[in-house]
Amino acid sequence: MTQRQAGAPSCDSAQVATSCESNGWRLDIARGLRFIFTVAVLSLPGALAWAEDPKPSAPAPVATLDKADQAWMLMSCALVFLMTAPGLALFYSGLVRKKNVLGVMMQCLMLAGLMTVLWGLYGYSLSFGGAPGEAGFSPWVGNGDFVLMRNVTSTFNEATGLVETPVEGSISRLTHMLFQGMFFIITPALICGAFAERMKFSTMVAFMILWGTLVYCPLCHWVWDGGILAFGAADAKFGALDFAGGTVVHISSGVSALVCALVMGKRLGFGHEPMPPHNLTYTVVGAALLWFGWFGFNAGSALNSGAQAASAFCATHFAAAAGALAWPLLEWVFRGKPTVLGCASGAVAGLVCITPASGYVAPMPALAMGLAAGAVCFYACTALKSKFGYDDSLDAFGVHGVGGTLGAVLTGVFATRNITPEGTSGGKLLGLLEGGPLLTPQVMAALVTWVYAAVATFVLLKILDVAMGLRVTQQDEVQGLDYSQHGEEGYIFI
Amino acid sequence: MKKIEAIVRHFKLEEVKHALSELGVRGMTISEVRGFGRQKGHTETYRGTEYTIDFVPKVKIEVVVRNEDVEKTLATILRTAQTGQIGDGKIFVIPLDETVRIRTGETGVDAV
Repeated sequence: MTQRQAGAPSCDSAQVATSCESNGWRLDIARGLRFIFTVAVLSLPGALAWAEDPKPSAPAPVATLDKADQAWMLMSCALVFLMTAPGLALFYSGLVRKKNVLGVMMQCLMLAGLMTVLWGLYGYSLSFGGAPGEAGFSPWVGNGDFVLMRNVTSTFNEATGLVETPVEGSISRLTHMLFQGMFFIITPALICGAFAERMKFSTMVAFMILWGTLVYCPLCHWVWDGGILAFGAADAKFGALDFAGGTVVHISSGVSALVCALVMGKRLGFGHEPMPPHNLTYTVVGAALLWFGWFGFNAGSALNSGAQAASAFCATHFAAAAGALAWPLLEWVFRGKPTVLGCASGAVAGLVCITPASGYVAPMPALAMGLAAGAVCFYACTALKSKFGYDDSLDAFGVHGVGGTLGAVLTGVFATRNITPEGTSGGKLLGLLEGGPLLTPQVMAALVTWVYAAVATFVLLKILDVAMGLRVTQQDEVQGLDYSQHGEEGYIFI
Repeated sequence: MKKIEAIVRHFKLEEVKHALSELGVRGMTISEVRGFGRQKGHTETYRGTEYTIDFVPKVKIEVVVRNEDVEKTLATILRTAQTGQIGDGKIFVIPLDETVRIRTGETGVDAV
């Protein structure tokens, strides 16, 4: 299933098969590289005039915009944006020491701006450009259909005398672009949790530009735009279900976070100096905002306001609730007290885990997934991290990498055709629980995402280390990123 | 004149303040302080990582009283601030050379 499937320009299976046969993977990679080069050239100011070209090259869409769907999706856009700033900004900033509170908030806020600009320039096109069967479609990377918002915004048609609005399913393509853009914002922001309190801000900016372009956009295309990991796509190698971003968002960011933590090394004093969270009240408010925004994240991924959106909303809420129970209950049993941080972390773990499955599972399996996520992520963040000794500062891997992988796998267990629309399931059995074959492709897609995200992130970090340096100086790290990177302090008491 | 410094638990502040006011103490200064006594600190756990908190937060109350009021002031603080549990705090009595009211220039007990 894809996040643009509902309204993507479609073609019959014969067309898809022909496209698949005629495009070898080497040609696809070459086309992708040519596309990236083209984007760089076209991003020059002189290309702006071209962006205003009133004659779109893509086929004119049939306007079937539904105002109810449009309203829900615009609301969902706002809800997902709320997750990054202030949600994630508060959640993460409460967990760092007070000398780094602004540094973390700045990373979230800056990424909201930076990634939006990239998304508007070329990110959306690289992710969602082209549809299976269309000329120029590649299962590996998007094309230039939507560069600089071409074919996305409304245009006046001289022949008909009407303003024509490109649509994606039952919503405007502009809304689809905005909604997906919110995912492009929060995904790299999640990685910041791993290298918090020690990465140079300038290097972080460069890393996120490269990571968003070379890791997120291709993954997004693979999973949600009929690419090599898209469920039911003719070009798919391991077609897997990912409703709202188990692989695209959480595994990619979580695994990249782990690589960041390993490559960058531990914070100064890690393991022998106290580094407790400086303000858990921020973290709790941030977690609550994440929970709230996640309704748009998951239920909005239906791309309409129908029954699947309601089902995803329910599954999301149930999983978060179960996670918020499981983690503190385990703390209570094994460590004597249920902690507030454990409750907040459990809720987020439940939300992460249900994300890929939210549109495909019933409420009771959603509860089970939330409980499993609370337990597994609790183990990952407490036992696993200390066992291997890596410094994933804010447990970006422990929650998103582990929770996302668990969610992708459990989607293969619990997904059911009773919930999944016929257009996706084709009426066939899906999850292991109902006797379907989905589990294997789910595991394989997760594995591909793990390998790609890890290798790409490792290479990017090594290049940036040579070019710019990854870490702040020891003196700057001791002083804190707020002052050393931004010349400000979070708390000034006069 | 004596200055009495009482380091008490946060939740006992209102009770102590009320009792001292009834006793006739007309002014006091309070501040947030951190420290430890015989019990040392305590441990806190965040996502499985334990931290030893050496300096426990308390409230310090400072009042200035006449020499003849010291005993009943001490008794009042003791009665109201005591829970019987470890960590109830301490009271220090300190000789005071002089007090000056800045507004009027009064000195000694008149300035208290």
